Amino acid sequence: MQGSRKIIASLVFLFFLHVAILFAGFVAPCDPATQNREFPFAPPTHLHFVDARGRLHFRPFVYPIVPQPGALYQYEETRERAYAVRLFVRGPEYKVAGLFPSHLHLFGMDAPARIFLAGTDNYGRDQFSRILFGGQMSLAAGLLATGISLVLGLIVGCIAGFYGKWIDESVMRLVELFMVLPWLYLLLAVRSFLPLHLTPAQAFFLLIGVIGTIGWARPARLIRGVVLSARSRKYVMASRGFGASDFYIVRRHVLPHTYGVLLTQAALLVPQYIVAEVTMSFFGLGLSEPRPSWGNLLAVLQQYNVVVSYWWMFAPALALVLVNIGYLGVANAFHEQLQSGSM
Amino acid sequence: MKYLQRRLAHSIVLLISASVFCFLLSDLAPGSFFDEMKLNPQISPGTVAALRSEYGLDQALPVRYGLWVKSVLRGEWGYSFAYNFPVRSLLIIRARNTLLLTSLAMLLAWLTALPLGVWIASRPGRWDDRLSMAGTSLLLAVPELVLALGLLYVVIRTRALPAGGMVSVRFEGLSLWAKICDLSAHLVVPLTVLVLASLPILVRHVRASMTEVLQAPFIQAACGHGIGQARLLFRYALPAAANPLISLLGLSVAGLMSGSLLVEVITGWPGLGPLLLEASMSRDLYVVVGVVMASTVFMILGSLLADVMLVIFDPRVRAD
Repeated sequence: MQGSRKIIASLVFLFFLHVAILFAGFVAPCDPATQNREFPFAPPTHLHFVDARGRLHFRPFVYPIVPQPGALYQYEETRERAYAVRLFVRGPEYKVAGLFPSHLHLFGMDAPARIFLAGTDNYGRDQFSRILFGGQMSLAAGLLATGISLVLGLIVGCIAGFYGKWIDESVMRLVELFMVLPWLYLLLAVRSFLPLHLTPAQAFFLLIGVIGTIGWARPARLIRGVVLSARSRKYVMASRGFGASDFYIVRRHVLPHTYGVLLTQAALLVPQYIVAEVTMSFFGLGLSEPRPSWGNLLAVLQQYNVVVSYWWMFAPALALVLVNIGYLGVANAFHEQLQSGSM
Repeated sequence: MKYLQRRLAHSIVLLISASVFCFLLSDLAPGSFFDEMKLNPQISPGTVAALRSEYGLDQALPVRYGLWVKSVLRGEWGYSFAYNFPVRSLLIIRARNTLLLTSLAMLLAWLTALPLGVWIASRPGRWDDRLSMAGTSLLLAVPELVLALGLLYVVIRTRALPAGGMVSVRFEGLSLWAKICDLSAHLVVPLTVLVLASLPILVRHVRASMTEVLQAPFIQAACGHGIGQARLLFRYALPAAANPLISLLGLSVAGLMSGSLLVEVITGWPGLGPLLLEASMSRDLYVVVGVVMASTVFMILGSLLADVMLVIFDPRVRAD
């Protein structure tokens, strides 16, 4: 009982994160590529609740910022007029889920005031919007790569477990080879043999392909184990006696046993692969500008002065950790259910 | 002994297949190190072709593999295109640095995880158990990249420790003791990241296997004899729980190596990581192969160490 409550809590948390990222255009106040050259490295906008006369406002408001004269990347508030944060405003155009054009944004400001919830980067682009849009790339990479790994693992694991003998033996040797190589070394080695200069779309699919293909070994081994134990059940023998084909037996009697392992593996692999994408993009071998991803957003932290002076550039890391917590929570709860035999 | 011999033969097969795998992959690669030269109008196509044949890149795959094996046997491990140097001389220093970092990290991580895991396993459900479980869950969700960047931020802001590299500029002129101090100060950041990153998994495994053993009848019997808590946990329960933990030690080397690569790049530790990244960018084929082989050797050494420890500590393994 307690286990299912944990699953639901983690799933709800993950659901909200994913919805916010899927509808990034609506949640984000700015376009991720729009540069505000007058506000490079602006700190997160200060939301005020108490005005100059000490009155409490329930609707937060902000003061416009202007660059401090004579100082580089320093800003101060001009307190002449307060601008309230408004909900459901018209803003720059975006596409809902990449399909329908829309102008509606969750929140926004009137003209001279700007709202940068997580500050801006070196081009004055809104970091909060970029994190949401970058999440689309990172999450898509993680999910698609997980799909590739699981499909490969399922096919190989089923074949090895079901047919056994020399097929099983040779496949398991290969699995061992893939599991013995440290994944990041393998990833870099494979990436080094692929072309360096790619269009963003090519780079995206190449990266997903490489990450997904490298990770097939662990799911394959787990699924092979499940198939091996399912194969020797009496009802499998019975249906073989009735003349069922191999394909039918696998589909009807063996596959349902693998669902628990598949789900748990999926919940474990997605955060791992998101981190893989982030790592590769951080190194400059993955997704590149101008499309944001959590990896290339973090890549500015390779510069010493950015690490020291602009702490809000760490914000994408927070998003990454939150997503990880959600997925690991689900994986943990699935694992507990699997152990107690109720799945 | 038979067991160890079998494991050793197995490792050699693994090494060979890893190298074959690398070469197969390299054959799929479009282009090579010398492609950038073709764009340069001052270098004639003839020169590029001559360079290619000098490094044996115009040969068929099996021939190239044969040449590489020969060069490994000669102790050269192929030639780096970028450095024009035998790969071995590059590898040895880098591998030594990575070995220093990872072995210290492994030692420290286990020295922390063992007492912590044993302690919380002996008090299931208490506040310190819950606290450390929550702590490990949180640590598990923070990737090494974020840990390293975060720690770097703290170190740079406080200026308490050197933030990058392995030694200071004035290292050569220092006395032996000052050299050790300097190296240790540089070790703190990468070590902390690696230990924190590998800690949660270790603590959880120690706790799980200890919890299982603590429920066994022989522990209750020992408890009934009035044996003290510390002796009970560390002398009686821990050896019985050791088997899966020693296997984990062998397996955890892979994660540690990957983590170390990342940390080395971020903190500028001159190990295998930056070398591989550099070689990847410039497609320095034999350096990539060499680094992958070196990492495989580390992995295999880790699992061999685990096998030897199993034979020493677990009489059940010695029996068969």
